[in-house]
Amino acid sequence: MKIKASVLIVLLAALWMTVSAGAAEVKPPQVGQGFPDVELSKPVIAGELKYLGLSSSGSFRINQIKADVVIVEIFSMYCPHCQAEAPAVNELYQLIEENAALKGKIKIIGIGTGNSIYETDIFKKKYSVKFPLVPDGDFKIHKIMGEVRTPYFIVVKLKGKKADVIYSKAGALGDNKTFLKEIIKSAGLK
Amino acid sequence: MKKKIILAALLICFLAPGAFALSDVFKNNVYETGELKPQDSVLKVKVGQPAPDFTLKAVSGKTISLKDYRGKKNVVISFVPAAWTPVCSDQWPGYNIVKDIFDVNDAVLLGISVDNIPTLYSWTNQMGHLWFDVLSDFWPHGAVADQFGVLRSDGISERAILIIDKKSIIRYIDVHNINKRPPLESIVRELEKLN
Repeated sequence: MKIKASVLIVLLAALWMTVSAGAAEVKPPQVGQGFPDVELSKPVIAGELKYLGLSSSGSFRINQIKADVVIVEIFSMYCPHCQAEAPAVNELYQLIEENAALKGKIKIIGIGTGNSIYETDIFKKKYSVKFPLVPDGDFKIHKIMGEVRTPYFIVVKLKGKKADVIYSKAGALGDNKTFLKEIIKSAGLK
Repeated sequence: MKKKIILAALLICFLAPGAFALSDVFKNNVYETGELKPQDSVLKVKVGQPAPDFTLKAVSGKTISLKDYRGKKNVVISFVPAAWTPVCSDQWPGYNIVKDIFDVNDAVLLGISVDNIPTLYSWTNQMGHLWFDVLSDFWPHGAVADQFGVLRSDGISERAILIIDKKSIIRYIDVHNINKRPPLESIVRELEKLN
């Protein structure tokens, strides 16, 4: 019995080492790669569902969003840089929505790392965020995204079921107009 | 017994790869502690009891006593284990954007850690301007944390939330798993019960 227990322990230890070695290799999605297949919870606000082109309730995947390009901001209500960056991201949203050539083609979502829906709602209200914020309360998505520092921006080009990463960087976006030009070019939008 | 210890150690190893939403603001200055024992102290206070009074120096230069708020404000105390550690660095900046919730509930927030004032000054400076006072329980080391029974055996405090009403009665205690951040909604829910 004692021997069996030791064998079990050794096996468990080996398994743990394999698992943790694998986990250590998770990197943020890189340009040229596909966006990880993560399940996101749908917003409850009707206007936001409409913005994403989704039907009501349940979860969704990034390639289901009705857009050519999706800008994903990984943020946290608890992160000072994300708080400071919020007005700039709002301005980016505004620039897109006010441009007839971009409206409907480029959409923005935020993923609230370690945030409950209550906490993403606090952030939404505090900074009057108009685009959908999806909670990631258990850090599940954050782990898949390589445990990036926040804010982290990933831009995804959608085509059919494909979702290809065309931008992936930590920190502020800088000048919004320059950033938009860059992603329009990378995505081949006209 | 031996087997139990080994199994417990293995379980800890399995749970070890923690996920922390590290804000870019702290860059590489946050020390990775790894997974710690969720709780390592025995509470000395209970809900319904009067809160023991204390006086501590704040980073702002003020000297603050709990009794200053008696009859005036509800007090939320947020003990955090240590400056420059993962979860703590991602806790107070969130409270910093909800001053209105504290105001509506006639409450103040006091952040307490066992770090000294210079360390707390440097650390909290990274969070932007905090609207609440941050108190140093450095010397006698962790005396206030110990008064409440939230001082751990290695000299840091638990990650604990205590809510004390205007009559100085403890109304809520959450000695949270040190590795995790208490959800904001639980604090707000308890605060709202006071009014």
